[in-house]
Amino acid sequence: MEVLKYPLDSETILKKKRSIKRELLNDGSQRIKKNIAILGGSTTNDIMNTLELFLLNSGIEPTFYQSEYAQYRNDIIFPNAQLDNFKPDIIFIHTSTRNITEYSFDLNLSPKDVEDAIQREFENFSTMWDTAFKKYSCPIVQNNFEKPLYRILGNRDSYDIHGKTYFINRLNLKFYEYAQMHDDFHINDIDFLSADYGLTKWGNPYYWHMYKYALCVDAIPELSYNVCKIIKSIYGKNKKALVLDLDNTLWGGVIGDDGQEGIEIGQETSLGQLYSEVQTYLKEQSSVGVMLTIDSKNDYENAILGLNHPDSILKVDDFVNIKANWLPKSDNIVSIADELNILPSSLVFVDDNPAEREIVRQTLKDVEVPNIANPEDYIMRLDRSGFFEVTSLSQDDIKRSDMYKANVKRNAQQSLFTNYNEYLKSLNMVATIDDFLPIYIPRITQLTNKSNQFNLTTKRYTQSEMERIFHDDAYIRLYGKLSDRFGDNGIVSVVIGKIVDNSTLHIDLWLMSCRVLKRDFEYAMLNELVKVCKTRGIKTIFGYYYKTAKNSMVKCLYRDFGFYLKSIDDDENSIWELDIDTYIEKQSTIKVEKNQK
Amino acid sequence: MTKQEVMQKLQDVFRDVFDDDTIHIDENTTANDIEEWDSLEHITLIGAVEKTFKMRFKMKEVSSMKDVGEMVEIILERI
Repeated sequence: MEVLKYPLDSETILKKKRSIKRELLNDGSQRIKKNIAILGGSTTNDIMNTLELFLLNSGIEPTFYQSEYAQYRNDIIFPNAQLDNFKPDIIFIHTSTRNITEYSFDLNLSPKDVEDAIQREFENFSTMWDTAFKKYSCPIVQNNFEKPLYRILGNRDSYDIHGKTYFINRLNLKFYEYAQMHDDFHINDIDFLSADYGLTKWGNPYYWHMYKYALCVDAIPELSYNVCKIIKSIYGKNKKALVLDLDNTLWGGVIGDDGQEGIEIGQETSLGQLYSEVQTYLKEQSSVGVMLTIDSKNDYENAILGLNHPDSILKVDDFVNIKANWLPKSDNIVSIADELNILPSSLVFVDDNPAEREIVRQTLKDVEVPNIANPEDYIMRLDRSGFFEVTSLSQDDIKRSDMYKANVKRNAQQSLFTNYNEYLKSLNMVATIDDFLPIYIPRITQLTNKSNQFNLTTKRYTQSEMERIFHDDAYIRLYGKLSDRFGDNGIVSVVIGKIVDNSTLHIDLWLMSCRVLKRDFEYAMLNELVKVCKTRGIKTIFGYYYKTAKNSMVKCLYRDFGFYLKSIDDDENSIWELDIDTYIEKQSTIKVEKNQK
Repeated sequence: MTKQEVMQKLQDVFRDVFDDDTIHIDENTTANDIEEWDSLEHITLIGAVEKTFKMRFKMKEVSSMKDVGEMVEIILERI
């Protein structure tokens, strides 16, 4: 819904939250349900109301628990049957500088006194987080602290050990150290948000003394939007690729008319400098795993000519897919999604031309089309939209573009063969398929939460849940890693089965990344699963297919595997059974290895 | 703006905030007359009224306003 996109129209969101919610609930979209506990150090009501809108708009239907006023700490530390029964999937702790208790302005305090106070304040929080992790093993989203309302020591407040600014900065650092050590702990950076919004407006004391809101009411949608970015990233709802226009988007001018020497990029002109900054921003995005693609109305040679401009920061090699032709842009977007094996809903279309944007908005409803305004606004509009919020960062993210480029080489290799199996053999595929390893759990969780198409049950897990399963003997777990002569694909498949009555295995999760489709990798996984089952004395495996809007490609997977259909309901959800003794090992050209000891 | 015009505009704000097109307000309308008008929604209402009329209420006015009539008086003073 347009009103819920950046830049936010706070006035409308707050005023019309009821009708917006009604409209969202009636739009017929599928949503995952999540329980979100909001534990506040101040009033949280409108934070909850607006967060609900943003989550609904992101495919998540929340049920909320709200702490009584300012009871955030007590709700976790002390026995709390209500919160226990609620079973939170996410805990959001909304505290602010108003909740700091250990700071006092006293010039007689020694450096040690100040250190001790900072440590005490930190422990007030860290003991609460530790308890929450132990009790609820779910992700925690925690505000840091915004800058203070006033500075008794003026500018000196920032570096004098007695200053409140100093205290807050040090405390924030301690929060960050905790975050660095806990993957399921996420900072909601209100120090940045309040600065971005304007600290004086954000911290207007009227709202604290009048309503006990720790920020001005108008800023609440900004805060909720930011929390929503974190939550949707945790549940794998990030975008994956940028589809970029060229002329007046990546450089100033029109390459077809102005020629390579005529376009503005580089340090010669101010507009050229601005576009260099835009390109740098995009290049940095690609280094955290966002794939860059091009969709431009240009002759292909001209597009390449522009990218080969000596001052262009982005080079041909930085793009995983380049479409430069005269087809409708929406057609190219569909091809890009197809060729990368991702859904159109994972794409963000960036074009300076409002008419092109409108056509894409009309024809491809799932594609995100930000209004990027003027060149000087591009970075801000993309950045603040939070399409690619980074809540976890794996080796796979860093190498993603390389992997997709290796795929292009594989396609070229494939065209050399008429026999598909010969092609597969020529890839020299080597896999590691084995029980999880602790270092891979973040990536396994990430893959699990964002795989939609080759995913039989679309079950989502938090990292804490994955860790619990990893330590539980009642589960059989497999991850699969695949490499070949063109490169390493990293971890691309996950299977989790629960053992019941010692003799049956129920497959809770079976998924595979679409980047290794048609490599027979699923057969290699199944062969290994059956082997493990035999060593554990399991006789029967049950497989489940739960239909979603996106996973029809695996509707018949268990049939291909040689399972028998046990039941199927009106919604095409089906249950399948395999008798292990009758299993015939699947042929595959993949050499399988185990974890290295 | 006349009192009548302020009342009309104010009624639109009420209808938006409480998402109810049947709401009719007059000078004697109070929080007791509108089911959803509790202390939390009061915050949204005040914010929306301030935005609509491009004015601000003072803190003590927000807590002491007794009915729509008083609200309209303050609005008329400031626009």
